Amino acid sequence: MSGEPVNGNGAGIVTRGLRKTFGHLVAVEGLDLTVPRGQIFGLLGPNGSGKTTTIRLLTGLIPPTSGSAEVVGIDVVHEPEKVRRRIGYMSQRFGLYPDLTVRENLEFYAGVYGLGSAERKTRIAEQLDAYVLGGRVRQLAGTLSGGWKQRLSLACATTHRPDLVFLDEPTAGVDPASRRLFWQLIHREAKAGMTVLVTTHYMDEAEQCGQLAFLSRGHLIGVGTPKEITERFGLPTVEDVFIELQRRDEGAMA
Amino acid sequence: MSVRTDVARWPFWAMLKKEFIQMRRDRLTLAMMLGIPALQLALFGYAIQTEVRHLPTIVLDESRSGESRRFIHALLNTGNFDLHGFVQGRDEIETVLGRGEARAAVVIPPEFERDIKRGRTATAQVIVDAADPLASNAAIAGAGLAGATRSQALGAARGVRPAIEVRVRPWYNPAIRSAVYIVPGIVGVLLTITMIVIASIALVRERERGTLEQLIVTPIGRTSLLLGKIVPFLLVGYVQITVILLLGRILFGVPVRGSIPQLYLAALPFIVASLAVGLFISTLVGTQAQAMQLGFFFLLPNILLSGFMFPREAMPEVAQWIGAALPLTYFLKILRGILLRGVGLEALWKEAAVLAGFATVLIAMSVVRFRKSVE
Repeated sequence: MSGEPVNGNGAGIVTRGLRKTFGHLVAVEGLDLTVPRGQIFGLLGPNGSGKTTTIRLLTGLIPPTSGSAEVVGIDVVHEPEKVRRRIGYMSQRFGLYPDLTVRENLEFYAGVYGLGSAERKTRIAEQLDAYVLGGRVRQLAGTLSGGWKQRLSLACATTHRPDLVFLDEPTAGVDPASRRLFWQLIHREAKAGMTVLVTTHYMDEAEQCGQLAFLSRGHLIGVGTPKEITERFGLPTVEDVFIELQRRDEGAMA
Repeated sequence: MSVRTDVARWPFWAMLKKEFIQMRRDRLTLAMMLGIPALQLALFGYAIQTEVRHLPTIVLDESRSGESRRFIHALLNTGNFDLHGFVQGRDEIETVLGRGEARAAVVIPPEFERDIKRGRTATAQVIVDAADPLASNAAIAGAGLAGATRSQALGAARGVRPAIEVRVRPWYNPAIRSAVYIVPGIVGVLLTITMIVIASIALVRERERGTLEQLIVTPIGRTSLLLGKIVPFLLVGYVQITVILLLGRILFGVPVRGSIPQLYLAALPFIVASLAVGLFISTLVGTQAQAMQLGFFFLLPNILLSGFMFPREAMPEVAQWIGAALPLTYFLKILRGILLRGVGLEALWKEAAVLAGFATVLIAMSVVRFRKSVE
């Protein structure tokens, strides 16, 4: 595989002064974020710090109060549908149909993304293989265990070969072996040129990201490689930084 | 890319296929969609029939003769009257009817048998508690029928003149088979309520489950999404019509005098309009429970103001306007026209056109209101 980025040059995500309020509550404040293409970019922060809101803004699920956001080079505020053709999304909740089988879920999403029938067939076969789902094509998605569900979700979100995927706490509540397998799959997609924006509460996962961004009460308070982050805060691990931030957060609220 | 591959790649097909699979797997809902109409039909149909037949009846027999007994027997034989007891005077009739113990009274005058024997026309009187128009219709019809039956039996033996005249006349349908009128209405009412409820729930359920959020982030268009959701229910609608008409025929002998294909054709805009109302509701509410409530709220004016139970001509003007805004009002005219009067769409095209208008406008309204966002 060549090192040439699949999607040309430029950033995967660029936001400028992105802001979102719900009534009096400020969920995201003046977010300036740049995510390079082909990178695994981790979004960290305590619960309620604005991670999910940021992802929802970037996928066009909610409109921003002010500011701008470009995803894969397209203005997501004004042309969300154009963006949607080229991104994949895994929400925090299991978003697939529990009463459809593994294959039916894959077929549905391939169809919704407009894949032709021949392409659909080959892509689904590839995905079943790549995401280690082969043994359970006929099982109802609702009866899968956590790790399988997450792999199926990621497979559904990437069947149409998006340039960028948003993963909102994809491994929450999943056993360690499944988490490791899941991250191997994320790395493989990134290597193939896909930009990945992921949120997580697992620090071993955060340390696997190319860059990290810390959110605290809607503000971006630090961006850099895991190494840069720990050095800047003068703490030994990313987890220490996280706990320190959460402590400050709670202090500010009290 | 050719038009054909474009059409084949339309996300609508994926949506349609998914909905069919889910419908097939959701046995309970499917059973409810088909079982409830059958149950409702039986309830409506039988309840209204027992109501109208078997009226508790008192008899004042001043003739006390063979002829008067035979006439009473004929009355009871119609099935519209049940003998509650005999009374001795007119004031007693007033008391018993007033208390609601009986709902009809038969008065046979002393000269009843004598008149018959002398070749004159004997008269009998039927008094009905008219508070319930359906009940009084039944009494009137039953009395007329009994009089006619007896007169015929006697008439065979004597001349041309009727032997007995009952001072009430049968209206239009001597057997007063209410089910015949009610069943076409039930087709419309049940269709509209099930279509509205299942369409409103279908979309809200995806929202509650979190699958709608996933779907919104895909490039599927609003039209594909909404049409893919409701088209499978068209099939359910047609199955419902068929079930109700078949059961109506088997249980109540409801006729189909006009053309079934024309009826099914006219049902299309009505079903689409009802589904669109459901979709519109789903854009207003957040939970399935709210969708249900709003759906049933819509049911009431449909039952009361569409002409299903009460003639619209008798309603105050405001009620008539509201009725005119309900698709069911027009579909009922079509149903009754085709099923009972045997007329075709050449006579009912105006109603069909109004329904098509409703369907188009309501679908457009839902598509416009539906936002691909989660706020």
